[in-house]
Amino acid sequence: MITKRIIPCLDVKDGRVVKGINFKGLADVSSPVELAEYYTKAGADELVFYDITASNEGRKIFTDILCETASKVFIPLTVGGGIGTVADFDRVLKCGADKVSVNSGAIRNPGIIGEAAKLYGDQCVVLSVDIAKIDGVYRVFAKGGRENTGMEAIDWIKRGVDNGAGEIVVNSIDTDGVKQGFDIPMLRAVCDAVSVPVIASGGAGCIQDFLDLFEAIPDIDAGLAASIFHFGEVAISDLKRAMADAGIPARL
Amino acid sequence: MIAIIDYGVGNLFSLQSSLKYLGEDAEVTADVDKIRAADRIILPGVGAFEDAAAKLRDSGMAEIVVEQAQAGKPLMGICLGMQLLLEKSFEYGEHEGLGLINGQVVPIADDVPAGYKIPHIGWNALELVKDENGQPDRLFKYINEGDHVYFVHSYYASRCDEATIARTEYGAPLTAAVANGNVYGCQFHPEKSGDVGMKILKAFCEIKADGEEAAE
Repeated sequence: MITKRIIPCLDVKDGRVVKGINFKGLADVSSPVELAEYYTKAGADELVFYDITASNEGRKIFTDILCETASKVFIPLTVGGGIGTVADFDRVLKCGADKVSVNSGAIRNPGIIGEAAKLYGDQCVVLSVDIAKIDGVYRVFAKGGRENTGMEAIDWIKRGVDNGAGEIVVNSIDTDGVKQGFDIPMLRAVCDAVSVPVIASGGAGCIQDFLDLFEAIPDIDAGLAASIFHFGEVAISDLKRAMADAGIPARL
Repeated sequence: MIAIIDYGVGNLFSLQSSLKYLGEDAEVTADVDKIRAADRIILPGVGAFEDAAAKLRDSGMAEIVVEQAQAGKPLMGICLGMQLLLEKSFEYGEHEGLGLINGQVVPIADDVPAGYKIPHIGWNALELVKDENGQPDRLFKYINEGDHVYFVHSYYASRCDEATIARTEYGAPLTAAVANGNVYGCQFHPEKSGDVGMKILKAFCEIKADGEEAAE
């Protein structure tokens, strides 16, 4: 039976791992390569490296770190952040990334999903979406969750899948950083709308939040989090054991 | 030396890195002399079967891979590289493979019940096929029944029961690995399957070419 994946996300800036609380107030945590090795040993099923660098110089440091990580860590690596062109896909895939996630880049240029899927296969293209509920409607946000695009989120995700996105990361702005659990109603709406794997992000504060997620939505494929892992609030090995004990398929 | 066949498809960084990590000398190459001199060969592959099969033939690599496999040199196809070892594929039409393993490549969707997501992406458990002495294939000598490996695929090898050395359960039993003499194929990605994958690659690196043991 296929297992539910646990995915730590490493936000990387200037070669270091950082994590925003509600996307504001960044705090340095640790070395990306060391953290990646540590998580892999602890049982992480996949890693996300998120590049939040703005400068070209920073981008170079990021790809160097990605290469170093991919030569030491042998589990799937997804890279996101600053992906706007097929050349960006090429740059990170050559450094050992397996999947590439697009967010604002796809909002600016929706054609990139189909272009990349054709070149690298659907399985390589992850559509990451920041969503908040505004006046009862799920809306897509751009620029790290700061700007409401006005687009209805479920339609946007369906369009992405039709164009070739092989996986969806759904990040709830409403629950992100609040540590009160995942946004179950929103995630259920996404799972009901598409047939590709869906990864839940935003809101995990403790082990029980992951158990609640997988029990409430049997269709969800993975849970992603950052700070609770980086700050040691949840140990991945404990989480995987708790999942297995609760009858949720987990790789131990 | 391990020759990783370069025929213009896929990202070989991780595969090469994982072999280096095991202390193996691995080179991505399309040099016929180097491939002939190599101790073993890995045939990678991602993307569509038709395109990859055409590139493999047009580059001249299909011929050399078949020649070396028939001479008894250990060969491992990974993911689409495994599918290319079979007789034919029904991915968007009907296309000929290398024919080193009996069987054909069909859509997972043909045999998996509705409700299972396609592609089959993620970590799934291996069910090892045992011989009459209850032993799994030598490729799995360092791993255990039920160990998890990482899959990403929408098609799989079918009608290859005799060659099947491992399966995985996804609503239906899917072929996870095949073998015919020294020719191996893994549908999953050993280079992305953590410790378990490394143990499988290590076992492959210990397989000797036909005649090599007698010569020592």
